[in-house]
Formats: sequence, C-alpha cells, structure tokens
Amino acid sequence: MKIKGSLRLLLHYVAVSVRGQMQYKTSFAIGLVAQFLLMGVEWIAIWSLFARFGNLAGWTLPEVALLYGMANMAFAISETAARGFDIFGYRVVKQGDFDWLLLRPRSTALQVAGLEFRLRYLGRFAQGAVVLAWATAKLGIGWTLAKAGLAAAAILGGACMFSGLFVLQAVLSFWTTESLEILNTVTYGGVETAQYPLAIYRDWFRKFFTYVIPLACLNYFPALAILGRTDPSGVPAVIQWMSPVFGMLFLLVTLRIWDFGVRHYRSTGS
Amino acid sequence: MRPVFAIFSARFRGLLQYRAAALAGLATQFFWGLIRLMIFDAFYRSSTAPQPMDYAQVAVYIWLGQAFFALLPQWMDGEIQESLRSGTVAYEMLRPVGLYELWFARNLASRTAPVILRAVPLLAIAIPFLGLGLPASWTAAGAFCVAMVAAALLSAAIATLMTTTLLWTVSGEGIWQLLALTMWLFSGTLIPLPFFPEWLQPLVNALPFRGLMDVPFRIWSGHIPPSAVLPNLASVACWTAVIIGMGRLLIARGTRKLVVQGG
Amino acid sequence: MPFIEAEHLVKTFHVSEREPGIGGALRGLFHRRGREVRALDGVSFAIREGEMLGYIGPNGAGKSTTVKVLGGILVPDSGTCTVMGRVPWKDRVAHVRTIGAVFGQRTQLWWGLPVVESFDLLRDIYGVAAAEHARVLAELVEVLELGPLLSTPVRQLSLGQRMRCDLAASLLHSPRILFLDEPTIGLDAPAKLAVRDFLRKLNREKGVTVLLTTHDLDDIEALCERVLLINHGRILHDGTLADLRRRVTGEKRVVLDLADDGRDVSDPDATVIRREGKRIHLSFDPTRVTASALISRLTANHPVRDLTVENPPIEEIIARIYKDTAA
Repeated sequence: MKIKGSLRLLLHYVAVSVRGQMQYKTSFAIGLVAQFLLMGVEWIAIWSLFARFGNLAGWTLPEVALLYGMANMAFAISETAARGFDIFGYRVVKQGDFDWLLLRPRSTALQVAGLEFRLRYLGRFAQGAVVLAWATAKLGIGWTLAKAGLAAAAILGGACMFSGLFVLQAVLSFWTTESLEILNTVTYGGVETAQYPLAIYRDWFRKFFTYVIPLACLNYFPALAILGRTDPSGVPAVIQWMSPVFGMLFLLVTLRIWDFGVRHYRSTGS
Repeated sequence: MRPVFAIFSARFRGLLQYRAAALAGLATQFFWGLIRLMIFDAFYRSSTAPQPMDYAQVAVYIWLGQAFFALLPQWMDGEIQESLRSGTVAYEMLRPVGLYELWFARNLASRTAPVILRAVPLLAIAIPFLGLGLPASWTAAGAFCVAMVAAALLSAAIATLMTTTLLWTVSGEGIWQLLALTMWLFSGTLIPLPFFPEWLQPLVNALPFRGLMDVPFRIWSGHIPPSAVLPNLASVACWTAVIIGMGRLLIARGTRKLVVQGG
Repeated sequence: MPFIEAEHLVKTFHVSEREPGIGGALRGLFHRRGREVRALDGVSFAIREGEMLGYIGPNGAGKSTTVKVLGGILVPDSGTCTVMGRVPWKDRVAHVRTIGAVFGQRTQLWWGLPVVESFDLLRDIYGVAAAEHARVLAELVEVLELGPLLSTPVRQLSLGQRMRCDLAASLLHSPRILFLDEPTIGLDAPAKLAVRDFLRKLNREKGVTVLLTTHDLDDIEALCERVLLINHGRILHDGTLADLRRRVTGEKRVVLDLADDGRDVSDPDATVIRREGKRIHLSFDPTRVTASALISRLTANHPVRDLTVENPPIEEIIARIYKDTAA
C-alpha cells in the first residue's frame, strides 16, 4: 500500500514535470539538440586524438566508443532521474524551502527526486546510444543474451551510481551551498574519466574510482567481460559480471547518508 | 575605465566572501587538469608517431586552460539580463556612458574577477608541483601577458555581442548554447587545437575563438615562436575590432527599436 | 493531557559573522568568527483543542523556531513537547498528517502549475481518497471563492489570491491544527478581512486549533483571545491582550475634537501627549481620576465637539515591553 502510494506519487511528479517542460517546446527542443551536439563535439575531440595516436594503451577507438557510450547513457539517465538532487542545494535549501518537504507525510528523498525530471538530457543519452551502436557494429561483438543483459544492467547500475553522487551533493548542501561545485569532480569528472579505460590512470586515481566510488563498475569492468579482454590489475571475471550490483549498492548507501544529512538539518536548522 | 574597476572590485569582493566556493572551484579545476593530463600521458605512452606538440607543451596547455577557464564568455551577465527584463535598461540609456561601453565594461569585469581568483593560486601550485613549465623565454612571457589581455578583451567583445541579441529575444538561450559549443571546440578547451586533423586547421585558424586560449597558451610554451607572435596577435586584434563593430551596430539598431516601441 | 504542550524547550544556533571590505573578505578566507544564539531559552506553554492562539514577538525572538519544533521540522536541544500525544520530531510522518501550515511569504504551491494541479499533487502526497478530496476541495472552493482561480498558474496570482489558495492547500487533508505565519502580510484591506473571516469560521465551525504568528496586531485583536509574547527566546506573557495591557500600564486615553485649536488645554490629572490640529490626545491614570470626572471638567472648560475614551494602542504596549526586556 505504502509502496503503491509512493509509486503513484512519483509518476504524478514525472507527469507534472514533463507537462511543464512541454509548455516551452522551443526551449525544450533547443536544449535537447544542444545536449546532443555538445556530446558530438566532445566525440570529435576524442576521435581526433585517436586519429593522431592510433590507440590508447592498446585500446582501439571502437573499444573506447563502447566505454564512452555506456558512460554517457548512464550519466544521462541519472541527470534526468536524479535532477531533483542536483538542483536541491540552490533551489531548495538556499531558498529555505526544505521545511515544506519536512511538513509533508512522505519520505524527503522521494519528494526531492520529484522536484524535476529534466528530459533534455535525453539528448546526451541519444548521442551515447549512437556511439554505442557504432562501436557494436565496428567491433562485431557477438551479443549473447548474457552480454546484452550485462550491458543494460551496467548502464542501469551506472545510472544508480551517478544518482548516488547527486544525492551526496544534495547532502553536502545541508552544510554548505557554496562548495557544491566540488561534487562536479566526481559527476562530470567521473563521466569524463569513464570515457577512457581505467587502466590508463595513476594508481591512486584508479583505486579511488574503484573502491571509494565504484566508477569502474559502470563500464570498465563490464566492458572487459563483453570484449573478453583481461585487465592488467587482474580483476576476476565474477566481479566483472557482478559489477552492476555495486552501482545499485552505492545508491542505497548514499540514501542512508541522505537520512543522516536530514537529521543534521533538523538539529541545526541551518 | 572607472566603471570597469568599480564592477571588478565589487565582483572580486563578492567572490571572496564565498570562501568555500572559491576552494571548491579551485579543487575542481585541479581535478579536471589531472584527468586530462593523465589521458594525454597515456596517449603519448601508446604511440611513437610524431605529434604536433610535445607532452610538456600539452601540460602547459592543459594547466593554463584550467587556470583561465572562467574567461570563456559562456554565461550571460545576470544583471544585464535582469535590466532588460525589468526595463531598467531605459535608465542606463540615460547615462553619459554609452550602452555598449557599459555592457562591455560589465562583461569585462565580471569575467576577469573570477579568473584572477582562480588563476593565481592554480599557477602558484601547478608550476612547482604539477608539471606546468615556465614560459619558454622572457619574450614569450611578455607576449603571453599581452595575449591574455587581448583574450580578455576578445571575450568581453563576444559576450557583449551576444548580450545585444537579448534586445530581440529575451532568453537567447539557444544562441548561447550553440556559441558555447563552437567555442569549446575552436578555442582549445577540449583538446589543444593543433591535434585536430590537418584539413580542419585552416578553419580553426580562421575563426576568432583561438584568441581566447590557444594563442596565449602556445605563446607561453613556445609552440608559437616569437617570430610568429605578431601575426597571431594581429589576427586576434582584428577579430576583436570586427566583433566590437558588430556589437555597436546591433546595439544602435536594437536601441532604436526599444525607443520606437517605447521600451 | 493538553492538546499541545511544550516544556522548557531550549534551542541554540551557531551564527557566523562576516567582516566588511576587501581586507575583511580576505581575512574571512582563513578565519571566521561566530557566536551562539539562544533562539529558545526554556519555552513552556500548553494549548487546548480548539483554541486560536496569537504568537507575537520581534524578529528573531524565537517565534519561527517554536513553530518549527511544533511542526516536527526541528529537534530542540532539550525540553519536551507533545502534539496530540505525539513527539513531533520523533514521528514526523504521522505527526505532519494532522497539521497544516501557511507561511505568508513562501508559497507551498508549485510556481509553474495551475492551482488545481498543485491541489491534485497534494492529494497524492497526503494520500487522501479521491471522494474525500473532492468533497473537501468543493467546500474550500466555495468558502474561499477559488472557482475562477483553479486553472490559473500560481505565478500569475495576486498576493491575496495566492494566500487564499495557500490556505486551501494547507487544509486539503483536513488537519486538526493549523500553523499560520504572517497570513495577512502584504494583503490589501478587503483581502485581510476575508482571510480573518475565514479563519474565524474555520476555528468556530470545524474546531481547528490555530497558532497564529504575526506582526499585524490587528489580526491578533480580531481573532485571538489568548496571546503568547516571546522575546530573546523566553515567553514574557501568556494571557489575554487586556491582561498584557494592564501589566504594562493602567493608563487610558482621551481624544478631544475641539472647536478651537485648544492651545490652553490642560488638566492637573491628565497629560497632553499629542496634538493634531484641533485634535488633542491626553492620557490619564484611572486610579487617580475617573473618566467621567475628567470628561466633565474638560467639557466645562473647553469647546469640545466630540470625545472618545480608548486604551493605548497595542503597538505601544508591545514596544514598551520590548524596550524593557532589551538585553
């Protein structure tokens, strides 16, 4: 009953948000196209580098395209679905409107998620999908059901992980709304990092994005399994196939941290 | 010049108030720089093919790109936008300073203040610790300073030109987004411009955007040798003059429209 | 057990301060000063079901902190509080189902949505059954005359219209307690009267308990029998407005409208406190001279055309209390 009510409310929030964006159709269309082009421009840069260097630590352009497509599709989903947490700091906390959410008999996380669902990020999703499709055609991956399932689950798990980062950013805003930009390092910086094979980075950096933030599980580990490559650090196949789970666990952990942040807010009222 | 200093000082003080924001911004720039640097490092280790720049020059390019990132005219000045929306622009038109000069000053000040706040500490750390080499020579250092001033003026000119479009459309969002895209690609924000394919280079060199980053950064590293500095700066100056001219023309038309409509 | 009960509530906030000027801003980068502010300093009170209570005090006195504690938003440092037998901050979800709130300066409606869609969202948020929602909404639409506003986006409403919609929004789930913070702020006179009428009706007919926080003492005089006065986190008065007045001063006022400019008006038992042309304000102490004695003396000595006896305005009383309790 409670879950049904929450789901119904969530759908209601989505419907309201989508209808709101459709009121300004030109602005929406421009945003969508701009997102698509923005990512296209980035892809031109990557393509140019491969034209000059030929490969990146033994990875070819189509192989990197697989990483790129998965990373951007996952990030685009989280940008749409977890947008509420992204804008929470300056739109809600700074305005002093968090009190309203506490005055309503619903979980605060649900209400924050319902603040906005921004569809223009589907432009990024589409661009990621195009690159992924190109990679698939070029690489001639034999898509078994298991491999396709792993790719889909990994994108979903990656979306959960990025959403978790947006949740952390929202938690931080209970303490300060000034320094939220720092989380851009792991959201936007994370998706930039994930566009290349994790093995190319320094050791401390790789460890940070494997053990602290499970970015490796978003596309690097699954891609190893899909491409049948071996990782220089020798991560076992089990982990490669299990990796989507870690992104989802990460989101659950950050939601617990969210509750902690709400408790802090309610005791300091800042 | 006085309004520039007044706005600059106000912006600077405003930004200093937000200690945490300044530190967070700085940390973010460092992080991005490190990611980019590691990616290029890996590319250089993957191939022995001759490249248009050496790794040290790329490192200079990346760190300067982080230090001067805020100089890119990618955000509209909020106060100007508000003055147009609320109609207070009518009062600004009554002032002795022309509307173009006023907007230009505001755009120049609101971009240079955050740049200085970020560039100084970033360079202070990146030069001794993070592989940002010193300017190739004293000449290069001097030329770099001139080129950065030119970049700031060019940035303000582009921003002011974009601001004038607000006289026709209130949001102007679409144009700004397309401009930002073009700018990222052709200023050197994404990758150093020499890495683009040879067939694209004529276009890259013809566009004005390289004056924002590519030209000063390559002067610093010596990739643009002292002998080539003058023609490069001349091209930037020409573009700046053209864009200022276009902005003035549009403002003249736009304000006439405002007056006819009764604002 | 009282309907709402607060005992010895204490709440302290940490406030940081900024120094002026560029030098100050630079110093602020490395070192920042701060101080502790005691917003609630042992606040106790009890409210019966169906009461309409005025809560007054200067800015920063602790009013909104109290409301936040009662609303379950804020956890106090110490002290106890129960609302309908529940501790608000311990059982937030169950507690907020039974309360409604209106903050005059901040709408709870969705800025870009038509009013009725905000109401629909609130129905799903509170999980009100469709039939019940329709019934309550129809009633509110009628009483608050919302019919023509329902399809208007919130951002296009006037302040008075928005306030009526906010009132409706806070009552859609039929709460038994309503917290109001400055519900008439910025409203024109007819809109103020409409809001007051509605609140009176709501309190009398539905028995909804109302806690009214406001700077507008006319609201309090019109609506509330009982008043809580808070300053520096302490309750300074709990009783009727008349009690409050008596506590501060027993004096009364006579206002004379004269035929001449009354330069020579004076009386051994009264003091002239203000002259406005032919209108003279005098104050007197009713324990020293009765009103009737004073009036007959004044009318005998001066060409009085009209005369009223009144209490000192409540603003003055309160201002005097604030001054007396200033730290």
